Amino acid sequence: MTDDILITQSLHKAFGGLLAVDNVDFTIPRNSTVSLIGPNGAGKTTFFNMLTGVYKPTGGRVEFDGDDITGLPPHAITQRGVGRTFQNIRLFQQMSALENVLVGMHSRLRGGILASIVGTPRIRREEERAHDHARELLVYCGLTGRDEAYARSLSYGDQRRLEVARALATEPKLLLLDEPTAGMNPQETLAFIAFVRKLREERGLTVLLIEHDMRVVMGVSDRVTVLDYGAKIAEGPPSAVRKDPRVIEAYLGTGAIASG
Amino acid sequence: MARSSLGELWRRQPPIARRAVPALTIAGLLLGLALSGVLRRSPEVYILIVAVLALFLARGAYAGFWLGLERAGLRNPRGRWQGQSTLLQRAVPPLVIAGSVITIAWAGGIAPDPSLIFLLAITYVLYLLPARVRRFAVPVTVLALVIAYPYFIQQTDYQRFLFNVPVFNAFPSMDTMVSMIIFAMMAIGLNMVVGYAGLLDLGYVAFYAIGAYTAAWLASPHFAAYGVSFDFGSVAEKGILQVGGIHLTIWLVLIVAGLLTALVGVIIGLPTLRLRGDYLAIVTLGFGEILPQVARNGDKDGLGFNLTNGPPGINPIDSPGFGHWLSVHAGLPSSYLRAQGVYVNFLSLMFWSALGLLLITIFCSVRLRDSRLGRAWIAIREDETAAAAMGIPLMRTKTWAYASGAFFGGIAGAWFATIKTGVFPDDFFFNVSVLILCMVILGGMGNVWGVIAGAAFLAYLNLEGIANFNGWMNDHVLVCDPSKQNPSSVISGGCLNAPLVTFGIYGAIIVLVMLLRPQGLFPEQRRKLEFETGVHDTPFQDETA
Repeated sequence: MTDDILITQSLHKAFGGLLAVDNVDFTIPRNSTVSLIGPNGAGKTTFFNMLTGVYKPTGGRVEFDGDDITGLPPHAITQRGVGRTFQNIRLFQQMSALENVLVGMHSRLRGGILASIVGTPRIRREEERAHDHARELLVYCGLTGRDEAYARSLSYGDQRRLEVARALATEPKLLLLDEPTAGMNPQETLAFIAFVRKLREERGLTVLLIEHDMRVVMGVSDRVTVLDYGAKIAEGPPSAVRKDPRVIEAYLGTGAIASG
Repeated sequence: MARSSLGELWRRQPPIARRAVPALTIAGLLLGLALSGVLRRSPEVYILIVAVLALFLARGAYAGFWLGLERAGLRNPRGRWQGQSTLLQRAVPPLVIAGSVITIAWAGGIAPDPSLIFLLAITYVLYLLPARVRRFAVPVTVLALVIAYPYFIQQTDYQRFLFNVPVFNAFPSMDTMVSMIIFAMMAIGLNMVVGYAGLLDLGYVAFYAIGAYTAAWLASPHFAAYGVSFDFGSVAEKGILQVGGIHLTIWLVLIVAGLLTALVGVIIGLPTLRLRGDYLAIVTLGFGEILPQVARNGDKDGLGFNLTNGPPGINPIDSPGFGHWLSVHAGLPSSYLRAQGVYVNFLSLMFWSALGLLLITIFCSVRLRDSRLGRAWIAIREDETAAAAMGIPLMRTKTWAYASGAFFGGIAGAWFATIKTGVFPDDFFFNVSVLILCMVILGGMGNVWGVIAGAAFLAYLNLEGIANFNGWMNDHVLVCDPSKQNPSSVISGGCLNAPLVTFGIYGAIIVLVMLLRPQGLFPEQRRKLEFETGVHDTPFQDETA
């Protein structure tokens, strides 16, 4: 299956006796937008952290772009082309917006220690290009004119945008967004969904969205996977998933089906 | 309840009263002590009293000054003043302050020192220059003054040229100056680890020790005992060269010392840098204890091979120099030890060379900070997990921080051993690690210039500042009777013996800095922000994008 950019096979994670992710098989087709949803505590973020290398799986296998990346450290996975944002914003607070994006480019730049000290023409050119590219990314993500602002002094919405800009700077093939609309108002959420769509169309990115709010993902996803208690309980196009009785049960409780 | 209502009452007083009460209390206390004979009735004590009043009341005096002008019939003097050109607004106040201080001092019988006036005039001119020019003018001026320093301090009657420093009495001697520079180098090295990458290293003295021992191995007769005899560009005396041992030219020794220390940094870093925060600090602490012990026991009895020569240490280490060829063709001194001039002598040459090494260290540190690697260090300091998710290899990047810090620590250690012409295991105790860390914290973590200032100040205090301060206290402030003084007690016969509690004084300084200015005296721009502002969590209703 060459058109799947990411494949997991019976991915499994237990913290001691607590089973967080239970044998999940999951695929993301290239150039699609896939969502992973589930109620709070369903294991979405744990699953996410295994894809990005923050956690090592206790079983199963992750394949990205044809390579086995199971258990690789986070930086190696990022270098292969998986970019991510964090659920609770994790910017480099005391660095400017521009520096945050430049850090994202780390694995795409070559500057070694000696060359940096000497300041060879090649390094200068590279740094110049990196700065230009970082400024473009900031503009692209709607942060025009905020280059020199420290991340911590940005507004909440701008911090979210900067997280995306920083993730884009890693030049990902697959972008993982962990509850990107958490804390946004409905109007902002709509704007963000449009932005995700734009990313996919203009940059050819594959996007994996994590959400617990089902309404957010319906408009933007090609396919939705639902996790509950660490296990996959449903998968399919949004319209079908929305009607799945098991999903309704997971979200609203058993009573919902009985009365509905 | 009574206490809180008293506090309430205090807060409701006008600001001038809240400033005046502590000022008058402290000044009155000092005056009372002086009048009752506990303190001397010397000009210094009176100046101290005036200084306390001035410090507390300056703000009130400033407002009062404008109020006074208004009462005298001028309309809106403050507004009119603020309408003047910015140059004028910058230029006049220092002149007024300096003028009044000099007038008061003159009235008190203290004639202004020409050299002090000269220095103040230079500072004033620099202050008036536009920011664009000042950026270059300040470092160039400071550098010029520092380079010229040996010519001032080594005059036999140097006080003709240099003013009497208040409180500390004397300018640092040449010995102290060289140490200050070496400590500044080490502090910059440690700053790369602690300030940039945020890795707390409590065993930095180990790197210093490795650098010093490398110099001892590569430029002394130490290995002659094993029949090794090797000479490469050394400028040591013929008698020493004939003994044997390895004798490399100092410039090669410095490079090897830096590289070897960096290598050791990598070897230590690989297993330990997986740890975070406190755990890393404990491991580095242990490492900082192990290496000096190895140095103390690394002789034939302890190791079976005489590596460090045990407690007596290794000496003599060869004098540095550029050798005959460079001496003839470039006019550089062939051997520092043989330079016997009044101004150009061993110490001056060591000083200038150390200054050169310091400049290289500063250059590298600043370049690294602004490079891809420096950004990665700061990112790791800010958020390790996010940094890893951005493609930064944590282990490799941290190890680079460790190795770079170690590199400069090693060079500083080698230079230190060379100026002492020997290396002794007792120079590498834990307290040196703490002292260097204090320099970084005091100066302001992350900021190279702050760290240099912190290092220079603490090294000066350590070597002569506290003793000088003590002398000043005893001569001018306390009613001290040296004949009744007990040398092993801190206060006796009315005299103070502060050098006995040197480390207590550092402790007090650090506690005060942490309470009053936790970001350090000259903080890095971003850290300043951290302490000054909170997070702006503004609502985002206005966002329409």
